[in-house]
This record gives sequence, C-alpha cells and structure tokens, in this order.
Amino acid sequence: MRTVIFRTVAPFLTALMIIFSIFILLRGHNEPGGGFIGGLIAASANAVYGIACGVSPVRRSLRFHPMTIAGAGLFIATLAGLASIFAKAGFLTGLWTTVHLFGQSIDLSTPLFFDIGVYLVVLGTFSSIGLALEEREVE
Amino acid sequence: MAAAGVTKIDRSLAMVTEALSAWDWLVIAPVALPFLGAAALLILRKRIAWHAPASIGVMLLMLAANIGLLIRVWNEGPIHMAMGSWLPPFGIVFAVDTLGAIFATITAFTGLVCAIFATAEVEATEYRYGYFTFYLLMLAGVTGAFLTGDIFNLYVWFEVLLISSFGLLALGSNPIQLDGTFKYAILNLVATTLFLISVGLIYGIAGTLNMADLAVKARSGELAAPVMSFGALLTFAFLMKAAAFPLNAWLPASYHVTRSTSAALFAALLTKVGVYALLRTLVLLFPELGQTFAPIFLIAANATMLIGALGLLASSDIRRMVGWAVISGIGVILVGLGIGEMAALSGAIAYAVHSMVVMAGLYLLAGAMGWLSGSDSLFKMGGLAVQSPGLLLCGLGIVLATSGLPPFSGLWPKAILVEAALSKNAYLTVVVILVNGLLTTIALGRLFAFGFWREAQLERTEIGATPVLSMSRMAPIAIIVMVSLAFGLYPEPWLAASRQAAAGLLDGAAYINTVLPEG
Repeated sequence: MRTVIFRTVAPFLTALMIIFSIFILLRGHNEPGGGFIGGLIAASANAVYGIACGVSPVRRSLRFHPMTIAGAGLFIATLAGLASIFAKAGFLTGLWTTVHLFGQSIDLSTPLFFDIGVYLVVLGTFSSIGLALEEREVE
Repeated sequence: MAAAGVTKIDRSLAMVTEALSAWDWLVIAPVALPFLGAAALLILRKRIAWHAPASIGVMLLMLAANIGLLIRVWNEGPIHMAMGSWLPPFGIVFAVDTLGAIFATITAFTGLVCAIFATAEVEATEYRYGYFTFYLLMLAGVTGAFLTGDIFNLYVWFEVLLISSFGLLALGSNPIQLDGTFKYAILNLVATTLFLISVGLIYGIAGTLNMADLAVKARSGELAAPVMSFGALLTFAFLMKAAAFPLNAWLPASYHVTRSTSAALFAALLTKVGVYALLRTLVLLFPELGQTFAPIFLIAANATMLIGALGLLASSDIRRMVGWAVISGIGVILVGLGIGEMAALSGAIAYAVHSMVVMAGLYLLAGAMGWLSGSDSLFKMGGLAVQSPGLLLCGLGIVLATSGLPPFSGLWPKAILVEAALSKNAYLTVVVILVNGLLTTIALGRLFAFGFWREAQLERTEIGATPVLSMSRMAPIAIIVMVSLAFGLYPEPWLAASRQAAAGLLDGAAYINTVLPEG
C-alpha cells in the first residue's frame, strides 16, 4: 500500500478526517452525529495514516498511548455525569449554559462533555486495536 | 444549540423537579467511584506503584458509600435516583432496596479484602496490562447490577462485569488461560444472549423495562399468555450464570486458570449476581412465575448440592476443588427459591451473604496453600502446619465455615433453610442439605489433613527456598475468618437484614411506591 501517491495524500486526508470528526462530534446533540461516530471517523483517520506511513509515525503523532486517551475519555464522561451534583439533580442530568466570548455566544453543556468523553474512548480503543493489528502485519 | 424559532417545551412533566441532597448521591456513588478509579488507572498505566494503593483507596470509599446506603435503606426503606432526571418508567432508575444494598456492601468488602491479597500475588506486567482497571470495572459492573432498577440496564451491567472478567481471566495469555477463558466466554455469552432475548420479549409483552413498572403490571394480571416463555428463558439464563446443575460445567473448567485473587473475586461475586437476578425477577417482578418454577428450583437445588459435594470429593487439584464448593453453595441458595416463602428466602439471602464472604476466603486459602507448597495438587501437598501455623488456624476457620459448622456463619442460614424445608414437608431436600454438609466436611477435612497435618511431600530442594507467607497474603484470610466468626457468634443483625430483604421482595409495595409514587 505504500505507493508515492498514497503516502503523499494520506497526511492531508488524515488531517481532513480528524477535522471532520470534530465537526461531527460538535453537531451531534441535535443533529445526526455525536461522540461515537466522531470517534470512529478519527480512529479511521489514524488507520489510514498508519497504513500509508507505518505505525510509529501514528504513535508519535498521537503523543499519548491510545489506551491513555480512552482512559481520559472515560474519566471525562464520568465527571460530566457527576457535575449535576452541584445542581442538586440526579446523575447525568444535562446542564446547559451559554458563554460569551469575543462577542460570540457559545452553548456549553454537560452532554457535550459526555460526548467528548465518548469520542475519546472510541478514538482510543479503536486506534489501539487498529495499530496493534497493523503492527502484527508488518512482522 | 437550540436554533431560534424552536418552541420551548415544558419538560417538568417528564423530569424530576425536586432538588436532591448530597445524600441521595449515595445511590450512584458505589458505581461512579470505581469507574473514575478505573479510568484514572488507565491514564496512569505506567505508574504501577500507584495502582494497588489507589484501588484500595477507591474500594474503601466504595465500602463507605455502600454502608451509608445500607443504613439509609435500613432506616427509610427503598430509595431511588432517576438518571438524567428523566422520570420512570421511561427514564432509567437506580432503585436500592435492602437486598441490593446488602449485596453491594458485601461486594465492596470482598473486593477490598481480595485486593490486599492481590498486592502480594499480581506481577508488574499484569499491573501494566491493567489488572486493577479490570478489577475496578468488574466491581462497578457487579454493584451496578445490584443497584439498578431497570431490567435492560441489568443486562448492560452483566456485560460490563462479563467483559472485565474476560480481561482478568486472560491477562497472562498463556495457553491454559486462553483455554479456560474461551469456555467461560462462550457459555457466559450464551447465557447473556438468552437474557437479552427474554428482555426483548418482556418489552414486547409489557411495554416497559422498569422493574417497578413490570412488578405492577405482573401483579395486576395485565400480562398475556407468553409470560411462560420468557420466564423459562430468563430462568435458564440466570441459572447458567449462577452455575446451577446441569448448567455448571463452565465454572470448574475456567476458574482455576487465573490468579487466586481473581478467582476468589469471581467465586464470591459472579455466581451471586445470577442468584440475585433470580431473586429479583422471580420473586419481586413475576411472583407467579416464581411459584410455577419452584418445583424446578427444588430439583435443581438438590442436584446442584449433590453434584457440588461429589465434585468436591472427587477432585485432587485444590483450585478446582474450591470451584465445586462454590457450586454446592449455589445449590443451598436455590433451596430458598424452591420453597419460596419468607423464612426460606431470608435463609437463602443470608446464605448468599455468607457464601460471598467465605468462598472468597476459600479461594484465597487455596491460593496461599498452593503457593506455600509449590503445587496445587492435593497429593503433593503437606507440612503446612509447620511452615505456617497462622495459616493453619485461618484454614480451620474457613473449612468449618464452608462446611456449615459452628461457631462460624454457615450454620445459621442452613438451619433456617432446613427448618423451612421441614415445614413444607420437603424431606428429600432436608436430607440433601445434610448430606451435602457431611460430604463437604469430609472433602474439606481431607484438604485440611493432607495440606496441613501430614509431612511435606515434596523435597524443598525441588521447589527452591521455603517461602514465607507475607502479611498481605495472611491478613485477607484472617479478616474473612474473623467476619465469618462474628456473623456466626452474633447473627442477629445479619439475619434481621436478610429477613427485611426477603420481606421487601415478597411484598414489593415499598419498592414500587418509591419508584412510581402515584401508581
């Protein structure tokens, strides 16, 4: 698979897919999308990069081990559920707020953070599996 | 994110509106804490020195939360929390009654005790592969199963605990372990799939998955004919999880391949989740089904007790041997479901609590004996009385407790069950319980005599220097013996809690009223 064309295009394609995955993650609450599918797209971006350029560049570009990313995701998702303790409401209750920043209003919510957690769990888990399989193949 | 022009919807009809106090969070804390701990350990995978202390800390917090929960439920009756504030029966609730709170408390206790043993036994590579991550996730799964008030959610917790137990079983990835894990995985997946199918049928028939709502519908006789079919599937699936005869083959085939800490945890918790699910569904949710199946339970109970005791006598590998002890304990618990009235159920619940604590102790004892003598085979064991007199004392306690002899905790629930069986004229069951006790005593007496009293069978030069039993292997076993002794000498609080749990299951009104106040 390591043709010149693929190797040249892969980094751009990967970057594009990651941006698209974040777009999918953020539009997820009211429209089709969300953390799970976003995470899958990001993980496939890593897989494309791995097929084209080898596993170690992917690991370097991720900076953290994929399992660490998955763990961070689980941690964020649980914290997002626990946040409603301060609003005197049940576990996982959605809390909404609007932040005004540089003249723009941004809607923030605990479901968003939960979704970010799911995104990271899926990204970490599937990258971990994908990279392990690609490594096997090289051996 | 709501775009302009979207009409405001009044959600107060669908959501919990009253403020919750921090105390209400006790309902979710025993599940949320291990999740946070497991995630943190996954992030800090490389810092293996932190794993054991951090997990033990998390389990201490879990235990504290569970005890708080038990005290609240004991004083105020069942409590619940709606996830995401969405009202039941559409939202998923966690509903805790005395039964769930007792089991969850013992779960945290057993987890904590086994974790101390793990610090001596588990190796650095296993820490790196996430031993304690799996461990905490499994505790989260088991606790979630005990606390949830939604039958589909129960299935989800089954999956959580199952997948983490696969991880714990396969962690060393040597061929024997993979072989054991494969058998365990296939048979357990069959059981959970059957459970899932019956959940689907339940939803199709009743139109709800909330346990309280199901209980209301089942009691009002709204459910039509096919109740029997999903009931049979459900019972089959849970009996398989509980390792009752003839669905017990997976247990002795798999539990001995893993670390004795993990095996102790499995023996204490996983089969009891099956028992708990049987109690919850067939006594609280569908009492008529429970009565229909009662004769089957009685037959299964007799067969399980006999096969467990015979397996115990027949095996020579000590770790397989204790697997059979777990199965025979399940048989005793099933007697309660087979007789099905207040006294019998409370005896079964009390025996389940005893069994959770003591089976963990038995596995840890087997682990310590095998480690000390360098072999798991009964024929190569010996001389442990000289090597470790402390273990001899603990071993005696565990053996007496498992056989149901005084002054330990096994005696009382068995006495209650025998009395209940006598009052129902189930003489065969009475005989089987007593024979089971006798055979268990003989088999474990053999373990004790061979392991401790006779001379060492292996030359020490064959297995290297004499190992010394460290505190972290000894203390957990000693703690379990002490708890069992305390239960045996002063059984009243424990038996009263079991009675309250059984009464809550049989009556159901308090449970239903907490979750669905208007109905």
